[in-house]
Amino acid sequence: MIIELKQLTKKFKEFTAVDSLTLTIEKGEAFALLGPNGAGKTTVVKMLTTLLPPTSGDASIGGFSIITDANKVRGTVGYVPQMLSVDGTLTGYENLMLFAKLYDIPSKERKQRVHDTLEFMGLTEASVKAVKTYSGGMIRRLEIAQSIVHRPQVLFLDEPTTGLDPIARKVVWEHLAELKKQYDTTILLTTHMMEEADNLCSRVAFMSRGKLVAMGAPEFLKNSLHKENASLEDAFIHYTSETLESSDNFRSISRDRKTEQRVG
Amino acid sequence: MLQFIRKTFVIAEFETRKIIHDPTEALMRMVQPALWLLIFGQVFARTHLVPGHNYLDFMTPGILAQSVLFVSIFYGIAVIWERDLGLTHKFLATPTPRTALVLGKALSAGVRSLPLMVIIYIIAALLKVNVIWNPLNLLGVAVMVILGCIFFSTFSLIIACLVKTRERFMGMGQLLTMPLFFASNAIYPIAIMPPWLQVISTGNPLTYMIDGLRFLMIGEKGHLNLFADYGILLGASVALVFIGGILYRKVII
Repeated sequence: MIIELKQLTKKFKEFTAVDSLTLTIEKGEAFALLGPNGAGKTTVVKMLTTLLPPTSGDASIGGFSIITDANKVRGTVGYVPQMLSVDGTLTGYENLMLFAKLYDIPSKERKQRVHDTLEFMGLTEASVKAVKTYSGGMIRRLEIAQSIVHRPQVLFLDEPTTGLDPIARKVVWEHLAELKKQYDTTILLTTHMMEEADNLCSRVAFMSRGKLVAMGAPEFLKNSLHKENASLEDAFIHYTSETLESSDNFRSISRDRKTEQRVG
Repeated sequence: MLQFIRKTFVIAEFETRKIIHDPTEALMRMVQPALWLLIFGQVFARTHLVPGHNYLDFMTPGILAQSVLFVSIFYGIAVIWERDLGLTHKFLATPTPRTALVLGKALSAGVRSLPLMVIIYIIAALLKVNVIWNPLNLLGVAVMVILGCIFFSTFSLIIACLVKTRERFMGMGQLLTMPLFFASNAIYPIAIMPPWLQVISTGNPLTYMIDGLRFLMIGEKGHLNLFADYGILLGASVALVFIGGILYRKVII
């Protein structure tokens, strides 16, 4: 087990964003957190990447507590936020070198590691160009490259393909699958896209209003409806009792649109 | 500590690379101090506002400090911008001390301000201002500019972390800039200020920056000695970087 959440809770004043979440994820597993906007998925990821301190409970990653060993957790994980996390003025190479330095890759290995990572993500040719000239799919691949340059044990991705066209989305999925295969990286992603979870992940968890409402392999969740040709979306709606549309709020819509705009 | 210093320079290095890739902003910033010296300075030189001094000599260090203030005080907008984009989240998820992120950005703001020093010295030479060209003095001015920039840009970052939105930040920036400027010895000496303003100006870090710059640039003995001016700015900057380090992670919440 590489990730363990123990009654992890986050409250913002009276509002409970994440409510006593307990779960474990095994090494090398690809795990998806699914839920409508406001379900608490991003808050979970922010807590696990040490960006937000939990109100109560704890979690450990690679044996390090997110509360008492936050800096060690940061060296163990990689994080791809939903929003733009590369600098458009710098080249792809510079963006990656910046994170190679921030992740303490020794100077002797650094150049080689940056080259290898660029190659792995299919960005070698474009690496000398300013990132502002990149397409949405290339930006997303560079963002992933920044987060895996230190070969993290766990990679967190917050809605990794929001706003990407189907081809770019497929390329990102292929790279994530390859990452898991080559480096045995544990992947935890949040998504709205049932197809993404179904394709990439061996287990998914549905969240609603901060709570875990169902968890298991995609096939298991589909079969649990006892309905012919049930899809993961059917299971999602069944367990969360909400449609994807009903729970959007201004903030999440604005965030999604911004992401779509910049990668579209 | 070694980690802190190394990461500070990593952040500063990449911020500086951005200026090299796109120097437009740095070049545009040179216009304002040029206008102050070429128009305001030329007019006020006729008033004999500062007895026993050529007003342009007196004003030149003040305009350098003022330019540093104006550039640095809006630096926090970049923090809000990076937060809105998601870059801040990614920085905070790396094993980098928060104070190194804050100081690295402040240091790069200092580097961004050095072209201001260059343009002011060029205009000063053209206007025959009696500036001291001793390399040690020039180095001292550069250090003071960077230190002043670290102080005011970190102050700006703290405001950004507290107000969190661009609209509020712009309002705060406008609100603070002119009082800091007017309650200093930038364009008139403390001696001619009303007593209440004299009291305020002694609590204004800009005053100490100008005090030191005036000594280094035109050789005028300040109210404090040069090392006291450096010491006050350095102490205040260390305190702000520490506070900034605590508040920086809260900007994303």
